[in-house]
Parts: sequence; C-alpha cells; structure tokens
Amino acid sequence: MTRKQRRLTLIAAAGIVLALAAALTFSALRDTITFFVSPSELALNPPPPGKRLRIGGLVKEGSIVKEGVLVRFEVTDGAKSVPVRYQGMLPDLFREKQGVVAEGVFEEGVFQARTILAKHDETYMPREVVDALKDKGVWKHNEGAKK
Amino acid sequence: MIAELSHAALALAFALAVAQAVFSLWGAWQNDARLMAVPPLTAFGVLVFTAASFAGLTYLYVTSDFSVANVYSNSHSAKPLLYKFTGVWGNHDGSMLLWALVLAAFSALIGAFAGNLPPRLRANVLGVQGLIAAIFILFILSTSNPFLRLEIAPAQGQGLNPVLQDIGLALHPPLLYLGYVGCSVAFSFAVAALLEGRIDAAWARWVRPWTLATWLFLTLGIAMGSYWAYYELGWGGYWFWDPVENASLMPWIAATALLHSALVMEKRDALKIWTVLLALLTFSLSLLGTFLVRSGVLTSVHTFASDPTRGVFILAILIFFVGGSLALFALRVSELKVGGIFAPVSREAALLLNNLFLSAICATVFVGTLYPLMLESVTGEKISVGAPFFNATVGPLALVLVALMPAGPLLAWKRADAAGVAQKLALAAAASLAIAIGVFATNGAPLYPMIALTIGIFAVAGALTEYATRIALFRAPFAESFSRARGLPRSSLGTFFAHLGVGLSLIGIAAEGGWSVEKIASVKPGESIRIADFDLRFHEWAERQGENYRDIAAIIELRRDGILIGKLAPAKRIFVMRGQQTSEAGIRTFGLSQLYLSIGDPVADRSVALRAYWKPLVLLIWLGGVVMALGAAISLSDRRLRIGVPKSAAKKKLAAVPAE
Repeated sequence: MTRKQRRLTLIAAAGIVLALAAALTFSALRDTITFFVSPSELALNPPPPGKRLRIGGLVKEGSIVKEGVLVRFEVTDGAKSVPVRYQGMLPDLFREKQGVVAEGVFEEGVFQARTILAKHDETYMPREVVDALKDKGVWKHNEGAKK
Repeated sequence: MIAELSHAALALAFALAVAQAVFSLWGAWQNDARLMAVPPLTAFGVLVFTAASFAGLTYLYVTSDFSVANVYSNSHSAKPLLYKFTGVWGNHDGSMLLWALVLAAFSALIGAFAGNLPPRLRANVLGVQGLIAAIFILFILSTSNPFLRLEIAPAQGQGLNPVLQDIGLALHPPLLYLGYVGCSVAFSFAVAALLEGRIDAAWARWVRPWTLATWLFLTLGIAMGSYWAYYELGWGGYWFWDPVENASLMPWIAATALLHSALVMEKRDALKIWTVLLALLTFSLSLLGTFLVRSGVLTSVHTFASDPTRGVFILAILIFFVGGSLALFALRVSELKVGGIFAPVSREAALLLNNLFLSAICATVFVGTLYPLMLESVTGEKISVGAPFFNATVGPLALVLVALMPAGPLLAWKRADAAGVAQKLALAAAASLAIAIGVFATNGAPLYPMIALTIGIFAVAGALTEYATRIALFRAPFAESFSRARGLPRSSLGTFFAHLGVGLSLIGIAAEGGWSVEKIASVKPGESIRIADFDLRFHEWAERQGENYRDIAAIIELRRDGILIGKLAPAKRIFVMRGQQTSEAGIRTFGLSQLYLSIGDPVADRSVALRAYWKPLVLLIWLGGVVMALGAAISLSDRRLRIGVPKSAAKKKLAAVPAE
C-alpha cells in the first residue's frame, strides 16, 4: 500500500465512525429528548397521549394526598395547575410550595409522573421552574436560585 | 489575623506565579540559561504559599471562625471534626482554592522531577503552568475570595449542606481535581512543544506518566462520585447523565484517548499531531467542566446572566486557553514532522481506531450536554437530554469499542496478522457466547443488556487470553510461563488490568440494567414484602441520635427460606440545624450483588413507603473502575516510565522489548 492509500483508508475509517456517531446523535435527538412545559402551556396545548414531557412549577399548598405508595398532588404556576399522579418515593426536598419538576406523560387530564426530580440543595430551584414562574409573575427576585 | 495572613499568602502565590510565567517563557524565548533556572524555584514557592493559604482556611474552619463569611455560610461549630476539614472544599471559593493548590503541587513536582528535560522544554512547560496558576489565583482573589470578613461576627454558622456530610463526597472532589488539574500537565507539554516547533517520541515518554496519573485520579474520582450518588441519594441509580457528571466524564474519555495515542507516539513516533491536539483538548474539556460546574450556568442561564462576574471570568479563562492553544496549534502544526507509517491491520491502526471511537463518544456526550443550553439561549425552548439519549448514542459506540478492545493488545506493531488474532480470541468469544446463552436460558433477558453482557464477558475473557498468550500459558512448561509472568513488563500488566476493569464494569452495568428487580410498597410494622428470594419484614421504627442529626430508621428483618439472615435499617436523617433531611439507604451485600432498601417519609399511621431493589453484580461497576485504576498504578510503576530514567537507558530498554 502506498502512503496515499493508507491515508485514504484512515480517512474512510474516520468518516465511517463519525458518520455513525452523527447518525446516532441526530436520531436520538429526535426521539429521546423531552420538552419542558408549564401548567399554563399544558392547559393551552394538550400534548398527544403517550408523549414524554417535563412539567414544573410549585407544589400547590394542601394538594398532597398520599395513599400508601401512591401520591397525588397539583403543580401550579400561579395561573393554572395540573393534577399529578405518582407511584413511588418522593425526593427528600419535596414539600408544599416548593419547586418541583416531574417527568412523565399527560393522559386524561392527569399527569402520570414517572420521575419526580430531586436536587441536592434546598435553595436550588430547577431553572425551568424559575422561568415558568417568572412568566406568570409569581417569582420574586429575592427568592434567589443561586448556588 | 489568620484570614488576612492567608489572603496575603495567596496574593504572594499569585505574584510568584506571574514571575514564573514571565521568567520561564521569556527565558525560553531568549534561550537564557539563568532565567530558565528560576522556574523550578518559583514553582516550589507558589506551592508553599498556596498551601499556607489553604492551611489557613482549614484552620479557620476547624476553629469555627464565623467572622469569615465563607466559614459562616458553610460550617457550624457542632459539625463533626472530619466535616470541618472537608467543608473547606465543600463550597465554591474553597474548592477553587483546592484547585489552585493541586495545580501548584503538579507544577512543583514537574520542577522537582524534570531535571532531565531539555532546559527549554522544561522552562516552557513551567511557564505555561505558571500562567494557568496565575490566572486561576487571580480568579480566586478577585471573584471568589474565601477570606472575606463579615462586619459583625455571628455566634453560629449556617452549617454544611447535609448531603455533603458524607465521607464519599468528602473525598470525591480532591480526587477529581487531581485528575482535572493533572490534565494541565499534558496541556503545558503540548503548548511547550508547539512553542518550540519540535516534538519527538521522548516527548510522549515524558507526557505519558503524567497522563497515567491524571487518568488514575479521574477514574477513581468518577467511580467514587458514582458510588456516592448510589448509596446517598436513595434512588439506587449510579449515573444520571447529569451535566455535572458529564463534565467529569468528557476529560476522562479524552484522557483515555490521549493515553493510547501517546503510546503510539512513544513506541512508533507516529500520530504526533493528533496526540498534541488531544493533549490540548483534554485540558480544554477539564476547563469546560470547571466552567459548567462553577459558573452557575447549569442552575440557570438567567442566574448566570444576572450575576456574571464569576461565570464570565471562567468563560474568559476558557476562551483564552482553548482559543490560544488551538490558534498556536494551527500556526505551528505544519512545523511538526509527520511520523512513521503503518498498515491498516496493526497495533497502531487499532489504537487509532480506539481514538476514533473515543473521540466520537466524547463528541456525543459534548453535544448531549451542551445542546439544551445552546437551544435555550438561542430559541428559548427548554428541553432535557437524559439517559435515553445517551443510551442510544454513547451505548452502541462504547459497545463496539469494547468489543474490539481485546484484539488491540494482541496485534503486532507495524503489520499484524488479523487471522491469527481472531484465532487467539476464538475461545474467548465462544466462552462469552456460551455464558450469555446460559444466562438467557436461566433468567431470560432484554436484548440490549444481553448484548452488553456478552461483550463485557468477551472483554474479560479477551484480557485473560492476552495475558495467557504473553506468558505462553499451556503452550510452554509451567515453569517457563511462571518466569515469563514475572518478567512481563509492568506496562503490559497495567494494560491487562485496565482492559479487565473495563470488561468488569460493563458486566456490572449490563447486569444492573437488565436484571435488577424493584419493588415499592407501603408497609406497617409487622408486614412483609418479598423481593428476589428474600422476605423483608418491617419489624419496628427506631430512632438514633447522631452528632448533629437524628435518624428515623425502619428496622427491616431479612429472611431467606424462612431463616433470619440479618437486619437492615434504611432511614431518614434529619439535620435539625438546617431543617433538612437526607435518605440513608440500607444496603446488604451478597458477593457482588446488593439488596438495597430506602424509605419514604414516615406516615402518621406508622406505615412507610418501602422501596427495595435487588441489584445483581452491581458492585462490578465500581470494582471495574478500581481495577482500571490499579492497572494505571501498575503501569506507572514501570521502570521505563519512571521520570528519572535517562534517555539512553530508556532507549536501550525499549529496543529490548520484542515488538509483540
């Protein structure tokens, strides 16, 4: 093999691996990402059933109902609220009037959460929640999500 | 007083670091031997003063001096002594000081042990190190000063975030920083080589031990962080594809690639340009990680924008080093001579393929981590890229890479016999398929974990095959195999362990992903649930008082076939001072598998939500990481890699090794 042929082999190999990576990345970006919506957006534009979503807002005061391992609560952004159903263990920082992000599907008016996101810090507020609350004017600047 | 002295020490360290950068780079430029003799001394000085500053902050923490803002915000006098120490780096300012300290230690080590480096190369390397140190210390002094006093000293501190009060997390940042900052050494060597416009196999021989050490610390740091998340967060997960985790994974992947390409460069004088580029990229990714974690950009793009000082400073550092080094690379790359050639089937080609895959994996992690940030800042649309994305992209690429891995060390340099290697690996392939079919027959299996498991077993069997080939096991008398095993170069042994570790980790990941059992139930005292072949009976509630917390534990009796084999106590730990609580998982290990219990909040009727997992072979995930790190340590102890070995001796040794 000449030097040129070797170089072509190398470039071909690199091309194949990178094309594979790019193809995987683009198809995964289409299929696996989840969009974030606020309760108001959800009320306005109900998604197709079965589509994975994230919703976020504050846990509505007095809305938490526990039946064994089944938990029901409402997520609110001040304007609208969404009932959430979740079977499992809540994270340590899950409280009334605290920020929360839930991932799951919206079916028949109820958000079936598969995951409730936990963070490691009580001053932490998921940034999507901050933005959603800001949109509705509920967010007070000095509540500070700084870490 | 101590705070002011420490602050002054840090300022002195800054001045010395500036001097180090100026003297060495100017000296190397002018080829002035007297100037170039200065940097090892200043490097030592920077270390002394940074260490003094760090010791000062530690003293302030241990004596609970709440007149210092940083101590007030992150400590409490009732905190256990251990966490007063670790609290020093459990916050932004202190962790940046630790970063600077580790950097100073690396520079001083280069200064002390690089006596046999050509003086100009050494001066340039220490010059770049001095520049990095100066800029980071300036960053601390101007935006993250941990020594600021409060006007009125409060009587008590706010305490450390309870989640951080754990030995695993206490040790995780220093290890990770040793790795992050260690990447700066290869970076400085690469910049120095570009400044001189000259690079050869000896360069790779100097860079490789530093990269190995870096890789060792990164591997241990990541493994420890992962295990910590597993037992502390109460979710039973070990990797969340969180941007903060990805920030440490990317430098690790790049450093892995660098280790392999530097090998080609050292042994065959090839892949020089690529190796230099990788060295630049590895440190750039460490800086990117520091930026992501420290700027607050992940918590909120808006927080970042509204309090920009720190974030913009780190971003400027990032742009300066990444942009500067890549520009230098573009200018000088044509001066670097292209090295040796090799056939498409050869050890070099295999290592190149390894680099291709690792780069592709690193790029997908990069895209998955930064795409949501980019999208949000451009369109305002909010998305999350999580495990499904990475399983679909990193997963297949990594599986192909690991499946090819066993062939690598069996291939000869220059030109190799593909059929011969395939023949050697046939037994390993057959064995892994047989085991996989056995697992399938007895346990059934989802497809993806099944493939991963097969490849993992193949990697382990392949590593063993390679070792057996090297010592001619069963082909020669045992006495000869034994003596060959003793004479095997440490770097070969290191390769064996590192590759073995990759296989073990993959088996653990596959088993945990495919065959874990999970059960959640609400139980009252006296009630039982069943998981795998265990009966778990909720016996009673118990309270325990800790030094600065209170545990409310559910005592769970563990029975197998009706026989009591132990008790587990998953708990909620309440930290009264901060009004916070954490989860304490109850874990019982059976061989390499674990039974993992965690509980929800106690309910008024004395019941509790109990979450139980049976995780088969889960310990292999981290054990594999430890075995990989062990491989790096063994390789580091190789005589040929010792930093003090003179060039000629190293050459002779090199020639004596058969090109196998």
